[in-house]
Amino acid sequence: MFDIHALWAGKPFDLHALWNGSQPKIRGGVHPEPRKEATADRPIDTAFPLPPMLYLALQQHVGKPAEPVVNVGDRVLKGQLLAVSQGMVSAPIHAPTSGTITDIMDYPSAHPSALPTPTLLLEPDGEERWIDLPEKADPFSLSPEEISIRVGAAGIVGLGGAAFPSAVKLNLGRRTKIQTLLINGGECEPYLTCDDRLMRERARAIVDGILIMLHGLGCRQAIVGIEDNKLEAYTNMHAAAAELSDGKVEVVAVPSFYPMGWDKQLIGYLTAKEVPADGRATDVGVLMHNVGTAYAVQQAIRHGKPLISRIVTVSGGAVGAPRNIDAPLGTPLASLLAHCDYRPEETVRYIMGGPMMGEALPHPNVPLVKGACGILALTQEEISATDAKSCIRCSRCVTACPVGLLPLEMMARIRAGQLESSLKFGLKDCISCGSCSYVCPSEIPLVHYFKYANGELLTRDQANHKAEQTKRLADEKLARLERQKQEAAAAAAQRKAAAKKPKITEAAA
Amino acid sequence: MSTRLLSAPFTRSELQIQSIMLTVVLGLAPGTLWGIFIFGWPALFIFLVTVSSALAFEAGCLALAEKRVLATLTDGSALLTGWLIALTLPPWAPWWIGVLGSFLGIVVGKQVFGGLGQNLFNPAMLARVALLVSFPLEMTVWANPSPPFSASAPGLLESWAITFGGVLPPDGTTGATLLGWVKTEFSQGRLLDESLPSGGYGFFKSFIGWTGGSLGETSALLFALGGGWLLKKQIITWHIPLAMLGTVFLLASVFTLVDGERYPGPLFHLSSGALMLGAFFIATDYVTSPNSRLGQLIFGAGCGAIVYVIRTWGSYPEGVAFAVLLMNSMTPVIDHYVRPRIYGRDRKGKPLELPEGRE
Repeated sequence: MFDIHALWAGKPFDLHALWNGSQPKIRGGVHPEPRKEATADRPIDTAFPLPPMLYLALQQHVGKPAEPVVNVGDRVLKGQLLAVSQGMVSAPIHAPTSGTITDIMDYPSAHPSALPTPTLLLEPDGEERWIDLPEKADPFSLSPEEISIRVGAAGIVGLGGAAFPSAVKLNLGRRTKIQTLLINGGECEPYLTCDDRLMRERARAIVDGILIMLHGLGCRQAIVGIEDNKLEAYTNMHAAAAELSDGKVEVVAVPSFYPMGWDKQLIGYLTAKEVPADGRATDVGVLMHNVGTAYAVQQAIRHGKPLISRIVTVSGGAVGAPRNIDAPLGTPLASLLAHCDYRPEETVRYIMGGPMMGEALPHPNVPLVKGACGILALTQEEISATDAKSCIRCSRCVTACPVGLLPLEMMARIRAGQLESSLKFGLKDCISCGSCSYVCPSEIPLVHYFKYANGELLTRDQANHKAEQTKRLADEKLARLERQKQEAAAAAAQRKAAAKKPKITEAAA
Repeated sequence: MSTRLLSAPFTRSELQIQSIMLTVVLGLAPGTLWGIFIFGWPALFIFLVTVSSALAFEAGCLALAEKRVLATLTDGSALLTGWLIALTLPPWAPWWIGVLGSFLGIVVGKQVFGGLGQNLFNPAMLARVALLVSFPLEMTVWANPSPPFSASAPGLLESWAITFGGVLPPDGTTGATLLGWVKTEFSQGRLLDESLPSGGYGFFKSFIGWTGGSLGETSALLFALGGGWLLKKQIITWHIPLAMLGTVFLLASVFTLVDGERYPGPLFHLSSGALMLGAFFIATDYVTSPNSRLGQLIFGAGCGAIVYVIRTWGSYPEGVAFAVLLMNSMTPVIDHYVRPRIYGRDRKGKPLELPEGRE
C-alpha cells in the first residue's frame, strides 16, 4: 500500500525496498479514541498514602517465581531483599517500605482469574526507613557485566507491560553485540499516560538510564521513539538527550496510531529492519526497552534503589479524579482507585493495562504488580459491546492487522473447528494486539477466537505428547518384561546346565 | 458483574454493519432519484415493488431459518440488495419482474448460501443475469427519458397500467440504449461517425444521464459522485473502482487508437451503461470480492477487462453484470493465491533469513 507516513517523515521512498520489506513503513493499525487527555496534563501524584497492607506476589514477572528469604514476623527495611530470583529467568522482590512481614499466604493475583498465588504480606510501620544504600559510584566505571548484575539484583523487569527480566535482555544484547538500543516511548494504548508523564517530568533521568544501558550493552547508539501526539515529552527528551548524551541518544517522533508501540513496528519504523519469524530482535542487531525501564535502571545503578514502586495510570469513565500515581508495588488496586474517587457502582469492567491488550480483572482487590501500566475502571458506555453478527468480509481486519494476517479467514476456520487449517494462515504469528476486533463492524471477537485456538492446539499438543509418552513407557515395559523373561529363561538354562555339570564330573570321578 | 466475554480489546470502533449499508444506500440515492425523475411514475412503482419484496423475502427466509428476524432485517443488507436489483431493471418493467428479481437475489442468491456474508455471487447481479436470460423481451424495453409533466410522460393511471396492468409502453416512448444502438448499427455495417449522430446520442447527455437504460445506468456523473463520497467515508477503498475503470479506459484508448471508426473511445465507455454503478457500488461488494489489496486490484482489472470484451465483441451490448459474476467466481481462487506477506516471513510463509554473520 502507498505509505503516506514514510513520505511525511521524510524518509526516502524506494519502491524496490518497499517490495522486499526494508522500506520503513507502517504495518496495519487502527486509530482508537486516545482518551489520554484526562491524565496527560496532570503531574505524577507522588503523595499517595501508604495503604495499611502491601501484598507482594512472588510471581510478578515472566519466568520462575521468587523464593522468600524472610520469615513471618520479620521486621524489614525499605528496599530490603524479600525474595530471591530462581533460575535463569526470574526477578527478586524488595520491600516497598519498612514494616513487618505478617504472613506468607495465597492471595488473589492480578490475573483475569484472580486465582490466589503465593504472596508476602507486609504491614508498613509508616517510618519509611531505608536500608543502607550502597555508596554512589560512577556507573561508567563499572564493567558492563556488573551493570547487568546490578539491574538483575534490583528486580527490574520490562515496565511497558511485558514484565520480562531486564538483565536477561541486557545479557543477550551484550552477547550478540547489538548495534542499536531502541527505547519505546510509543505508549499507543488509549488512556495510558504513565510513560508520557515520566518523559515530561524525568527526562534527564531517563536519558541517564539509557546511557547506562548503552554502557552495559557495549553499544554506541540509542534511538527513542515517541509518538507525535506527545509534544512536551518529545521536547523534554530531545533537550535532555542533546544536553547529556553527546549525540549517542537520538529522539525521533513517530506517527501516533495503534499499535505503534509493538516492538516490531517500532523496529521497522526506526531502523527499517524486519525480525525473522523464528528470530529475536537481537538477530537484526537491535534491542528494545521501555522508557520506564530506562528510568528504573537509572534509579538502581545511580542511587542503588531497587524496583519497589512504579508509575501507574488510574483512569476510565468511572474514575472521578484520574491521574498517574507513583505507587508502591503490592498496593491493592482498590486503594489506588479509591484515592482517585472512583465510582464502583458505575464500573462494569476493571482492566489492568490498556483497553486494547490489557486484562480484565473480576474485582480490584488484587495487588499492583511490576508490569501494570494502567488501572482502568470503565463504564458501560465506554465498552459498548453488543452481540457478534455475521462476517460481511469487509476485510477491514486485513487492513488493520499489523502482522499481515487474514483474521476473517482464520476466524471462519476456527469456527468450523478446523484449527490446523487456521495455522496455515499464520495463527501462531498473531500478536493479539486486538486491532482486528477493534475495527470489526460485526463486532466479532476475533482475538478471542485466536487465543482459544492457540490454547486448544497447545492442549492437544500436550495430550499428544502425553499419549506418546504413555505409549513409549508401555513399549519399554513390554520390552523390559520380554527381556526379563529371556534373562530368566537363560538363567534357568544356565542353572540347569550347572546342575548337570557336577553330576557329569561326579560320574567321571 | 457482567458475564460477557472477558477478552481484550475492551473498546471498539463505532462503525457497524447497519451504518455501512445505510451509507451505501445514501451514496446510491442521487443517481436513483435521477432515474426515477427521468422515467416517471412507473420507475417509482417498480423501485418500491422490488425493494419491499426484497425485504419480505429476507424476513421470510430468516423466519424459516429461525434466525432473529427483526435484528437481521434492520442491518440494511436486504434493503441494499433490493435497491441494487431495482437499479438493474428497465424502469418500465412489469411488477412481477421486480418481485422475481428480489426472489432470485435474496432467496437464491443469498439465503440459500446461508445468509449475509456466505454468498459466492453478488445477489443483485445474479438476479439481473437470471432475469435477462429468462425474459429477454421484458428486460430490454428501454423507456426514453420522459420526466413527469413532459409531453411523452405517462400519467399516473397510465403508469399504474404499465407496471401492474401488463400494458406495453406506447409506441415512440421507448428506444435503444447507447450501447445497444452502437452495437446494432455496427452489425448493420454502420460505423461510429454515422451511428452516433443519427441516434441523437452524445457524451454530455450520456454523462449526466439523459438517456435510456436501466433505472441505475443512466447518470454516470451522479454514481461517480456517490462513489467518491463512499471513498471519502472510507466505506470502500480505491482499489477495485480504479482498477476496473482504469482497465476499461486503457483498453478503450488502445483500441480506439487502432481503429477509431470501429471502437468508441474511453470516455464513451466510462460514461455509458452501468460501468460507474458497477465499479463503485457492485464490484466493491465486500462479500464477493477478494480480501487483500492486491487481490482487489486483480479483481477490479478482471471486471474491467471482461466488461470491455463483452461490450466490444460479445452479443450483449452491456457486460457489467456478467463481468462481476465471472470475477466473483474467481474470488476464492484469488484469495487462495494472493495473501498479504506475514511479518518476518517471505511470501511463501518461510521465515526470513537471518542477516549475515548472525545465527
